[in-house]
Amino acid sequence: MPADSAVPRADRLPWTAHVTTYLYPTLVTLVLFAAWEAVTRAGMVSSLILPSLSSILQTAVVKFPLLMQMSAITATEFLLGFGLSVAVGLPLGALIVYSRPLETAFYPILVAFQIVPKAAVAPIFIVWLGTGLSSKVLIAFAIAFFPVVIDTVVGLRSAQPETIHLLHSMGGNQFQVFWYVRFPNALPAIFGGLKVASTLAVVGAIVGEFVSAEKGLGYLVLVANGELDTRLVFACVLMLTLLGIIFYFIIEIIEKIVVRWHVSARQLEALGGGS
Amino acid sequence: MTYVAARAVSGEHAAAQAPDFVRITNVEKIYKTRGRALKAVDRISLDLREGEFVSIVGPSGCGKSTLMMMVAGLVPVSSGEISIKGETVRKPYTDAGVIFQRDALLEWRTVLNNVLLQIDVRGLARSKYEAAARALLARVGLTGFENSYPWELSGGMRQRVALCRGLIHDPKLLLMDEPFGALDALTREQMNLDLQRIWLENRKTMLFITHSIWEAIFLADRVAVMSPRPGRIATMIDIDLPRPRRISVRESNQFGSYATLIREQFQAFGLLNED
Repeated sequence: MPADSAVPRADRLPWTAHVTTYLYPTLVTLVLFAAWEAVTRAGMVSSLILPSLSSILQTAVVKFPLLMQMSAITATEFLLGFGLSVAVGLPLGALIVYSRPLETAFYPILVAFQIVPKAAVAPIFIVWLGTGLSSKVLIAFAIAFFPVVIDTVVGLRSAQPETIHLLHSMGGNQFQVFWYVRFPNALPAIFGGLKVASTLAVVGAIVGEFVSAEKGLGYLVLVANGELDTRLVFACVLMLTLLGIIFYFIIEIIEKIVVRWHVSARQLEALGGGS
Repeated sequence: MTYVAARAVSGEHAAAQAPDFVRITNVEKIYKTRGRALKAVDRISLDLREGEFVSIVGPSGCGKSTLMMMVAGLVPVSSGEISIKGETVRKPYTDAGVIFQRDALLEWRTVLNNVLLQIDVRGLARSKYEAAARALLARVGLTGFENSYPWELSGGMRQRVALCRGLIHDPKLLLMDEPFGALDALTREQMNLDLQRIWLENRKTMLFITHSIWEAIFLADRVAVMSPRPGRIATMIDIDLPRPRRISVRESNQFGSYATLIREQFQAFGLLNED
């Protein structure tokens, strides 16, 4: 019998479709950087307010060992904070989905906790845990874990009722429904939450360092700012941005491997394919 | 319940003498939502003999899907009894292949692994079923697509995979809820021919839900016509057309008279108004 035509695969799409995805943002960034360099070189703004891009890069190169040392500290803080938010957020999300009493008990508290401005409670965490690593980890965790919980809940709930009925008709139990259907089905949403959390964890670590620390990139920003070393401030921001981007992309790469089925289907849709 | 045509007892209908396989006796389903009781199914009695193909045709929302879900043990009856092979259905009935309008394929599994989901969930040995799964896929024209993902397939191909998944464990009973309802007309006709061919090969007991008069007659030994909600069985019609049936059977006088009977029934319900 004639099998009706299959949908084209994303990896068979013309190469131009892939190139433009990277080319366009790169071009826009380069234009912005060129404008920045031109404006500062022309002396239109004081270098105390906005140093030129080249002088910032120069500072970054000169202070590279210091920046790396501070980066390692800040990265440790936000990675641990992020890890903790995943370790707590995923099981909590699953518990909320599976237990009505727990949902009733935890959900309002969770939302209230999310509304509390974490930067405002950060000093309390410092009082509790001291000025070392653990207070920064806790603040990063506090800021990052909400999207992990929420997206886990949304993801686990998004399974089609038919699919769950199907598993039951195969004699599947609750655990099998979770393992074969709910969890894999939730992964795209969970990764969405992880990506948001990854950027928030960086913010959390910096907030912690701003409040009280004697090392880390956030601490260095404060010190440099106090010394009116705007170039170093910008160099720190540059490092932080790089760290954030690397972290984000690592998660995106893991996502591409783990939920390849979803990423490919989404790409196909974005490029005007799909049925 | 009125019997319209005398049932032909011939070699063609060996199933006619077989004992009742599924017994639906005085079954009711009442949904309670926000204090209001909604009767979806109203005292339905219907028996399926072993190896018999019964179609249920009725308007949207008449409770025919609910009836199928109750037979599958996925939705409890409010009153009355459903028994399969003499045993009352109280939990999901697992010796059945269930196929829904939505194919309910797992997007993260390949075509072959979607078929083998049935085997995985039942805890059976994959190695014993893989060849059978490939053979089934070949029978529905999906050779070469074993390692494709669902998003690479068209709607008709996806529903064929769902059909294979419903057959791989060789169930005694097939329950289909508007399986071809979302397909285009041409694909749908092809699917009807394919389903007839597969059914003729092993004559499993079949409960087939549809809202297409044509499809109901074409496939079935008997057609149950359901009334609008609360769903009752208004008429049972024996379909005495030789098998295998061809698409052209639709133009025969006999087919036309069956279709007229059902249409007149729908008109009597006020569902079709030609003026």
